[in-house]
Amino acid sequence: MNAPVFTPSRRNVLAGALILSFSLRALPSLAQDQDNAASKPPLPGSLKRAPMLDAWIRIDADGVITAFTGKCEIGQGIRTALMQVAAEELEVDPHAVHLITADTARTANEGFTSGSNSMKDSATAIRNAAAQVREILIGVAAERLGIAADQLHAQSGAVVGPDNRRIAYGDLVAGDVLHVTAQPVSKLKSPDALKMIGQSMPRVDIPGKVTGGIAYVHDLRLPGMVHARVVRPSSYDARLLSVDTSGIEKMPGVMKIVRDGSFLGVIAEREFQAIAAMHALTVAAKWDVATKLPDEGNIFGFIESLPAEEHVIADKHADSAPGTRTLEAVYHRPYQMHGSIGPSCAVASFDGDALTVWSHAQGMFPLRKGIAEMLHLPDEKVRCIHMEGAGCYGHNGADDAAADAALLACALPGRPVRVQWMREQEHQWEPYGPAMVSRARASLDIAGNIVDWEYEVRSNTHSTRPPGAGQFLAARHLEQPFKPGPPRPGEQPDGAGDRNSVPLYALPNVRVGYQFVPDMPLRVSALRGLGAYHNIFAIESFMDELAIAAGADPVEFRLRHMQEKRARKVIETAAQRFGWSSASMTEGSGRGFAFARYKNLGAYCAVALEVDVEHESGRVRLGRVVAAVDSGQAVNPNGIANQIQGGIVQSASWTLYESVRFNQTRILSQDWSTYPILRFGNVPESVDVHVVDAPGEPFLGTGEAAQGPAAAAIANAVTNATGTRIRHLPLSAARVKAAIGV
Amino acid sequence: MAFSLLLVVVLGAGALFFVAHVAMPEDRGQHVFAPDLVRRGGELAALGYCASCHTAEKGQPFAGGRPLATPFGTIFGTNITPDPESGIGLYSPAAFARAMREGIDRVGRDLYPVFPYNHFTRLEDKDIDALYAFLMTRAAVAAQNRANQLAFPYNIRPLLAGWKLLYLDKFRVTERPDLGRYLVEGLSHCGACHTPRDRLGAEIASQHFDGGEAEDWWAPPLNANSPSPVPWTEESLFNYLRSWDAEHGGAIGPMAQVVAGLASVPEQDVRAIAAYIGSTMAKQGESDGPVEDNQTQAMQAHPQGAELYAGICATCHETGGHVPFTVASLGQHTSLYAPDPRNMIHVVLEGAHPPEGTVGAVMPAFADALSDEQIAEIIAYLRARFSGGAQWENVEDEIARIRRRTSP
Amino acid sequence: MITLNVNGRSRDVDDAPNTPLLYVLRDTLELNGAKFGCGLGQCGACTVVVDGKPVFSCLTPIAILQGRKITTLEGLGTEDAPSPLQRAFIEEQAAQCGYCIPGMIMRAHALLTGNAAPTDAEIREHMNANLCRCGTHMRILQAIKRAARGMQAADARAPAQEVRP
Repeated sequence: MNAPVFTPSRRNVLAGALILSFSLRALPSLAQDQDNAASKPPLPGSLKRAPMLDAWIRIDADGVITAFTGKCEIGQGIRTALMQVAAEELEVDPHAVHLITADTARTANEGFTSGSNSMKDSATAIRNAAAQVREILIGVAAERLGIAADQLHAQSGAVVGPDNRRIAYGDLVAGDVLHVTAQPVSKLKSPDALKMIGQSMPRVDIPGKVTGGIAYVHDLRLPGMVHARVVRPSSYDARLLSVDTSGIEKMPGVMKIVRDGSFLGVIAEREFQAIAAMHALTVAAKWDVATKLPDEGNIFGFIESLPAEEHVIADKHADSAPGTRTLEAVYHRPYQMHGSIGPSCAVASFDGDALTVWSHAQGMFPLRKGIAEMLHLPDEKVRCIHMEGAGCYGHNGADDAAADAALLACALPGRPVRVQWMREQEHQWEPYGPAMVSRARASLDIAGNIVDWEYEVRSNTHSTRPPGAGQFLAARHLEQPFKPGPPRPGEQPDGAGDRNSVPLYALPNVRVGYQFVPDMPLRVSALRGLGAYHNIFAIESFMDELAIAAGADPVEFRLRHMQEKRARKVIETAAQRFGWSSASMTEGSGRGFAFARYKNLGAYCAVALEVDVEHESGRVRLGRVVAAVDSGQAVNPNGIANQIQGGIVQSASWTLYESVRFNQTRILSQDWSTYPILRFGNVPESVDVHVVDAPGEPFLGTGEAAQGPAAAAIANAVTNATGTRIRHLPLSAARVKAAIGV
Repeated sequence: MAFSLLLVVVLGAGALFFVAHVAMPEDRGQHVFAPDLVRRGGELAALGYCASCHTAEKGQPFAGGRPLATPFGTIFGTNITPDPESGIGLYSPAAFARAMREGIDRVGRDLYPVFPYNHFTRLEDKDIDALYAFLMTRAAVAAQNRANQLAFPYNIRPLLAGWKLLYLDKFRVTERPDLGRYLVEGLSHCGACHTPRDRLGAEIASQHFDGGEAEDWWAPPLNANSPSPVPWTEESLFNYLRSWDAEHGGAIGPMAQVVAGLASVPEQDVRAIAAYIGSTMAKQGESDGPVEDNQTQAMQAHPQGAELYAGICATCHETGGHVPFTVASLGQHTSLYAPDPRNMIHVVLEGAHPPEGTVGAVMPAFADALSDEQIAEIIAYLRARFSGGAQWENVEDEIARIRRRTSP
Repeated sequence: MITLNVNGRSRDVDDAPNTPLLYVLRDTLELNGAKFGCGLGQCGACTVVVDGKPVFSCLTPIAILQGRKITTLEGLGTEDAPSPLQRAFIEEQAAQCGYCIPGMIMRAHALLTGNAAPTDAEIREHMNANLCRCGTHMRILQAIKRAARGMQAADARAPAQEVRP
């Protein structure tokens, strides 16, 4: 393994004697892996969590193949990729594989669909399980046919022998033949024999989505289903003092008004009736207005003033040339929101004994645990089934909407209740990506090489997800409220606020600190990429600042400090496909480049792009964008390109425009007029993605790989175009104009 | 036609008093400007909205090309970047000052008064110098000016000399007024839109700030004749000019560009403007209570309009101001009390769309969703509800006309 | 009872006249295409076509739709027989979560009905009313261009007919 992922040893942490407090945040699973290493190799991917083969692959007597994943389709195309992987090893057409996604009653518990882990965890499990199933079936057939297993092969859902004798899979699965524990090592097909993996198979969900099929939990219609809406408090901590519901109860279609403490909802026969009643309740409800948000204008000063836990993420030292020039810089990123186009939605049905919830949250098992706790039900009385929602991008309002639906369904047993949030509820109540601030300091030697690197990042938690019931808004507002659990800093090597805080470059002296701030002035949680978005923006901006100081070309400067072969290849590919050059462009135009390996464990991604900056307004326009990505063995190259393309465009929106606004009482970003995002009028001229395949290498998470590099490439291009460095996101027209001056 | 002949006689007679203007020499020298002078020039350019007339939609800043519809034909904003061929690159400071104060271009041609030199003539030297410094440090854009589309006799430039004789001198002042008055009456040329013009296109001095028009929008009075039921105060004017006022709403149409420009100028300049206009608007609107709302009568009189309003507009506009960029009652918007329905029609047909990535009112355009008749019904309902029953005339015809104009 | 003409079929609905078309389509007529996004006319997820023009169904009460021709995503084609525009979206794989796509297709449909050969700038301008959060914009543009090309090719093969201005 050549990845310089740094695991601090006891000794060098103690070497950081100036730190008042510290914690070692070595990966627990790493420790487990080491334990296992003593006995036998660990099971691949999520087989560790659910080792029975038939938890992943089942084959019926009629030959129907079903694959199970505990992960969710969240718009990233995982459904198609998993079908490809299962079909590959089972030697069937991908469309012959029925895929069941996360359902607490049917699938393995794979935790959350997050962190770009689905390919690494679930696809790895399914691929290995499918390969082992195939070998088991070949073994059964060998016995039955009296032919040696190595004379048989799997083909189109059957085991086939030398003289074309064949037995269909369905005829081989009698008994519990697949109800066996997985083996650590599978007979995977060799890279050159792959037929499905590596093909840009069209996504199976798209035809339905473009023709009006039932695609989302929003589209779920159950017999007898009714519609509900909730009324959220007037600010984060406001309590419901009183609400006169007498007139509202008589509004058309209104079936029930549910109040429990400060949780307020209404159930009606039809959706628009529920909305009308919700509006009436909003007017009728009297809240005490808790004013306790900090001043938006001084939010970074406020965050800097909060107490923090100090964590050492990396601390290594080696002999190096003396530094001759030292640079320092501070980078800021505001609160930013997921902003799904479809507000969160859930359907719940309570039969008086057990509850079923259909949700687009990212983790059905944690959701179940939280809902069961909130309702004081045993886990097994709650079933959570994943259905797609609008794009998720992390922990948005989905879990909260599921909790809302659960509470309301319990108030009206026997009728499935559908709840959808309104736009302003999603905007004001979703947990945002936290505001972050970081400081970078580095020295160059006389030859222009980096000899030491210090980096400190300060951040809130990046996960306030369930399972605790106190993570749900509704549960906090109940008469008997649940309290949110203590915020957690996250763990290396994945990291949270410190994700990607360690540069992948080969640097002799590196010190990286993470100041974890437990107090959360605004509700925050996981937003696509977590801290990686900010840290890569900062590190890759700083790399450019150092390159400029060293008088070096930014691409050459990166390559000069990069030893990982795959990283170099991705950087070189992006530069070459883009036609990278240091030659100066026309006034107001600039090029930018950035690179990162997501989490230093996932996909490698480099982005090169050009911008035009309108001098008079500071408006940034994106021209050509070229990216290169290495996601390991590419299962679906078009799907990878789609994710990278989308990540770049979404990151452009975050980077150029986005910042949650608030006053001292409440969130002011309530809709798309108060939280503007990218529209078609300003999307790039083109975005080309080059997938660098790595046959035989493990699958690497890709979904979040582009966010950071895209942001830094834009910032670097703006500097190249204007001669001014902006270290404060977003790079809004007003901020750019202020920086470039008149 | 008879008016045109009279016009030629009057203006021609005036022109006789003038000799041809001399051409100013080409200035090819290198100027060095103090950074502070350029910076103030930029602020002044924003206070004078130079970019709004001198920048085409999606065009290069200050490179001209924007069509300005006038009663006399279409005049195109000119290129005022320092390009020597197509812009003002050859203007010396003196030539620039002459253009600003006297409406004469470098080669000696008279400029049309759509360029508000009648206001700019009041500018102090230091501000003209700052504007010169700012414009001469912009990126030079080679963009030929577009030929104006003017009917006879307005296409005869020398006649403008007569126009100036009639009107220009009246604007000249010598003493320095307070900052607000200086900006409003000079550089910011508010009267250019907010004062009615006579048949020769000149602002009628006796009706100063009585309300005028801009690009087929009504420009409301900035004096005691304001029909707004909620009085405009210095504070509300400041809020409005900066972004949004909770009492009156925000700028839309041509005024939106003015406000966008003011976002970047020092607060004291905007406060000064607000203070001065607050004083010119003093004594408007007696009551400061809630606006009169005859909802029941309006519903009876215009049931279809009421139904349309309830089904469409009320979604945002009947929430007591809870939806961002709405005011508590539509009746607080001055445009509902205009002498004609143009602003209302523009808003419904075109909606509101802030510049990309900026916080600001987003309202959908209803041109595709609603017929002329339906829009007229909504307008009739709102007028009945808030303006004491007085109705505008020919609303449907106006809708059809504006529709043709905005989406040819 | 209000009678609506949806996708060429006459449909009687008993929703209140001020009910926005969006809820009638989704809940009463059980059509999934139009989506709730903002209810404010800011995002376009609910876009349908009325008399050839794109409208926000979340802000269009059914009271004003009597006698008007409403076309939703379902009216263009089916999964087995998608329309050229829907097919172009599939061929370009122009979706991530896909939630905004029905509105995108309907807005693009209205554009291509009036202008079979829009320029790239015209497409961007026309589509500006609709938001996408996954960043699928580039593929959406490609899909619209692909559909326009396909339609032109089909026109070229068809016998000469009147060209729209």
